[in-house]
Amino acid sequence: MPTPPRPVFELKDVEKVFQVRKPGQRFGRKTVGLRALDGVRLSVEQGASLALVGESGSGKSTLLRVLLGLDAPTDGQARYRGRPIRAVRDEGADFARDVAMVYQDARGSLNPRMTVGALIAEPLRRFAVVPAPEIGARVATLLTRVGLPADAAGRYPAALSGGQVRRVAIARALASDPSVLVADEAVSGLDVSTQAQLLTLLRRLQQDMGLTLVFITHDLGVASFLCEQIAIMYLGRIVETGPTDAVLTSPAHPYTAALRDAAPKFFEPIAEPLPGEIPSPLDLPSGCRFSGRCPRVQPDCHARDPHLARSRTRSVTRSVACLHPLAPVDGAGPVAPANPGPAPEQTRPD
Amino acid sequence: MTLVDNARRGRRSIFARRPFFTLALVVAVGYVLAAIFAPFVAPYDPVAQDFNAMMQPPSGAHPMGTDSYGQDILSRVIFGARYALIIGFFAVAIGAIGGLIVGLAAGLSGGWAEWALLRLIDSILALPSLILAVAFIAILGQGVDKVVIAVGLSMIGPFARTVRADVLQVRVQLFVEAAGLMAIPRAVIIWRHILPNVIYPLAVQVTIRISEAILVSSSLSFLGIGVTPPTPDWGLMIAEGRAFVSFAAWMSAMPGFALALLLIALSIVGDGIREEFDPKLRGKS
Repeated sequence: MPTPPRPVFELKDVEKVFQVRKPGQRFGRKTVGLRALDGVRLSVEQGASLALVGESGSGKSTLLRVLLGLDAPTDGQARYRGRPIRAVRDEGADFARDVAMVYQDARGSLNPRMTVGALIAEPLRRFAVVPAPEIGARVATLLTRVGLPADAAGRYPAALSGGQVRRVAIARALASDPSVLVADEAVSGLDVSTQAQLLTLLRRLQQDMGLTLVFITHDLGVASFLCEQIAIMYLGRIVETGPTDAVLTSPAHPYTAALRDAAPKFFEPIAEPLPGEIPSPLDLPSGCRFSGRCPRVQPDCHARDPHLARSRTRSVTRSVACLHPLAPVDGAGPVAPANPGPAPEQTRPD
Repeated sequence: MTLVDNARRGRRSIFARRPFFTLALVVAVGYVLAAIFAPFVAPYDPVAQDFNAMMQPPSGAHPMGTDSYGQDILSRVIFGARYALIIGFFAVAIGAIGGLIVGLAAGLSGGWAEWALLRLIDSILALPSLILAVAFIAILGQGVDKVVIAVGLSMIGPFARTVRADVLQVRVQLFVEAAGLMAIPRAVIIWRHILPNVIYPLAVQVTIRISEAILVSSSLSFLGIGVTPPTPDWGLMIAEGRAFVSFAAWMSAMPGFALALLLIALSIVGDGIREEFDPKLRGKS
């Protein structure tokens, strides 16, 4: 058992296997296991902000569902402040109050038949955050805090724009005074100015309220703006983690480098994309799972599956799952950790 | 300008935008008013027999003529609207409430309970509602109240099916999962999040199915197993006039026309309401 303070979330070799029908068999009953998560190790400290980045199908959303206790891990341990998440969730409302979620589809997460006021009042009433007569005032405060006019309380979600609906979802998530905010692509699909407003809002909230933030995104810019820590996922596994700035300026994993290069930049042609598609988790390549697409693949990559381990050439706060990590970029070399907290990653004791 | 204003404006102008809906609504409301105020509107007692005025064609004294007992057909048609609407309304109420309960239970339960309820719904749906209503009448006996129950029970199947389909759709929605994440008790989730999203489509169904209930009840009376004579029921009147249809066609035609007009009006009103309030048909806003 680690010494207190315990990490908010701690995942140890979490696996999540979904039983799916064998591909190509339309009538057969045989199922095969689809490993959506394959040995994920992650730890989120109190007050930390972590970005989970990866392509579609890399297991980000499954990881989120495990963190929220919606899915039980097939194997491994998922702990919340030292205790199994599912057990904590089943115990009562404390976990529900403490961990709030902002869905990617904010509109879908709001009952279309309830007004914004009623939607935000629901958690207030459920957790008895404020006495009943003060609910209206608290709803107005929350709306103001996310930058919505107070008269929005009387409207229905259908009458609001995409950006406004996200704000309502954030206000609703904040209503229970959570200490952890989990957000799934909370700003994707919005126009840039709305995105900027929401990101500024989230960062302010995080600083003011001391929120622990787990932010799923595929946008590296968003990740670097909002989160001090980053975890890059590929095919159900975390391939690199560390302080966001350090990881992005000097990636150690070729996949991270490829992701970074794929982001469009001003006045530059878009870099050559990675060859091929993300492989099916039903049919993993042997050895390193990135070996099929890796531009720097070497013979032993097809034979050995690298585990996430502390990077030898860089600072202690970084871990990478690669047999031949990239050399540190000049000048960006071993970067001092942005925050003095412990690494978000526990390495295998080997 | 907010969308709320838009919606309000849309509601105000629905009559201008849908002339057929407006016309049908006027007709339907006219039926309802005539049914409520039947004793004041009808020129004669609907069951008063006048053997001096038997089988008279439509005239000034009897605008729709008289039947073989000398009863004024207009008065009987007006009083008949009473029975038709009462039967239609209460039968659909029974069907909708029963269907809501069965459908909710089937949609929310799993395992053997869902299986059993679904087979129950299937068995109700296997027979046309008229046949089923005949079967219920055979058990219950004749009379207006029995017709209401028989028609209502026979409509539980279709209502339950649509409610279950809606429940299956709603219960996997994100906002239901989000409510679960907030540790809101399941009963509250059903009441606050699932039920309202099921009730609205059901209410639309109700307006459409009232006409079906009226048709089934009239069919029962036509077959002679619904309400008993001399109740002024349209189906009964059509059946009574059948023997004389070659030389006194108005005896069957007038109640038939009244029935057809009401059914058409109710269908148009129901369709209008559905198109206006069903978000799936309203298109993306």
